[in-house]
Amino acid sequence: MSKAERTSEPGRPTAAVLPLRLEGVSYSAGGHDLLHDLDFVLDAGPRSVILGPNGSGKSLLLRLCDGLIEPTRGRVVWCGPDASRAAEARALVFQRPVLLRRSARANVDYALRLRGVDTGERAQRVAAVLEDTRLGALADRPARRLSGGEQQRLALARAWATEPSVLFLDEPASSLDPGSTRALEDAIRAIQATGTKIVLTTHDLAQAERLADEILFLHGGRLLERAEATRFFDGPETKEAQAFLRGEVD
Amino acid sequence: MSDLVDAFATAFRLIVDLDPDLVEIVALSLRVSGAALVLAALLGLPFGAAVGLLRFRGRRALIVLMNAAMGLPPVFVGLVAYMLLSRSGPLGLLELLYTPTAMILAQTALVTPIVAALTRQAVEDLADELDEQLRSLGAGFAQRAGTLLYEGRFTLATTLLAGFGRAIAEVGAVIIVGGNIAHLTRVMTTAIVLETNRGDLPLALGLGIVLVSLAVLVNACAQGVQEVARRVES
Repeated sequence: MSKAERTSEPGRPTAAVLPLRLEGVSYSAGGHDLLHDLDFVLDAGPRSVILGPNGSGKSLLLRLCDGLIEPTRGRVVWCGPDASRAAEARALVFQRPVLLRRSARANVDYALRLRGVDTGERAQRVAAVLEDTRLGALADRPARRLSGGEQQRLALARAWATEPSVLFLDEPASSLDPGSTRALEDAIRAIQATGTKIVLTTHDLAQAERLADEILFLHGGRLLERAEATRFFDGPETKEAQAFLRGEVD
Repeated sequence: MSDLVDAFATAFRLIVDLDPDLVEIVALSLRVSGAALVLAALLGLPFGAAVGLLRFRGRRALIVLMNAAMGLPPVFVGLVAYMLLSRSGPLGLLELLYTPTAMILAQTALVTPIVAALTRQAVEDLADELDEQLRSLGAGFAQRAGTLLYEGRFTLATTLLAGFGRAIAEVGAVIIVGGNIAHLTRVMTTAIVLETNRGDLPLALGLGIVLVSLAVLVNACAQGVQEVARRVES
């Protein structure tokens, strides 16, 4: 695929880094075990939703997968043929969008500059990804003046522009109104359609039902259940998941 | 009372007429303090950013020292610089004592801790907010430090102006290492001390008015920077 062709498809992954394997991963801080002995594999394809109540360790797990923190025990291993490029083939969107004090366009451009994308290609990719996230008209507005929903879409656009093979999303819609949530979820579906693996955390059951192909249910830092989404919502196996679906766990 | 009025009138005349002695002294003051500020920025900004970003053993003690160094007495800095630069000192061979370069070095030593300590605080505050995102985007240490310095540019501009204010207003260090030599190392503050002692109050007062005007100008610039920052932010 030529460079010009590629720029018309923002987010098309270029590195095969999956599967991602977590081997006996635990994480402790301040004398507390926050994640316990996690063993699972994330493969390309389905949207994986990490579901669980507040404080179950979802955000911590994403930070471990993204390499921002190291596990206390165990290891996180990228097993694909391009595993050595894993650092540049993944992106994380935080719960609260973290944007630089510059325009929307410059925020996306910054991420591409860090990846060593040349000037001409950067301009094309920035424009394309802003259009695809419906932010084209706001490209020159200061990023921090955008609405909450627009800021989160911009954070998503910035991540997408780097053409990640895996996109981690940490409760991206937790503070958004229904309209902004729908726009964000449309963008997430569009990103997945380009071949990017989506791994999303949420405690919102409705959002999990809308977005998940598979559910990983986390509770108290333990992975209690992993199932295809419809099967999980039809009949979760563990009493903790059953209680969570009944709304008896926050 | 009339002496004071006369002194003010004469001082204003010296300023309006651009008295050559006064202009020479003001120009040297700006050159010395400006050069000291540039050096302090080159040293203090990266050092402060590094301390703000890195976590290492002894960091807290270093921060205490950096903060304490902001209040270094100019006469003490002048004394140490004198001992280093004097003929029997380790840098005596450079023959810098009683030159503008010695004054620049002494003022650099005074201003660098201010720039470094305030930069450290600004970068650390910004890092709390941004650093995890920058690391996630793949930024290395130097890129993170550079980005945080850029993000804090308005705060840091005020920091540099504060440093300049400290440099141009101090007298203790420059009088020790400069010697207050006419047409060579005489700056506004040392000239004010000398002319007051000699009883030439109009020149001392004229220099004082210029010094105060510069202080007002520096503060106005700081205020302007804050206004720009507020507009950009909002």
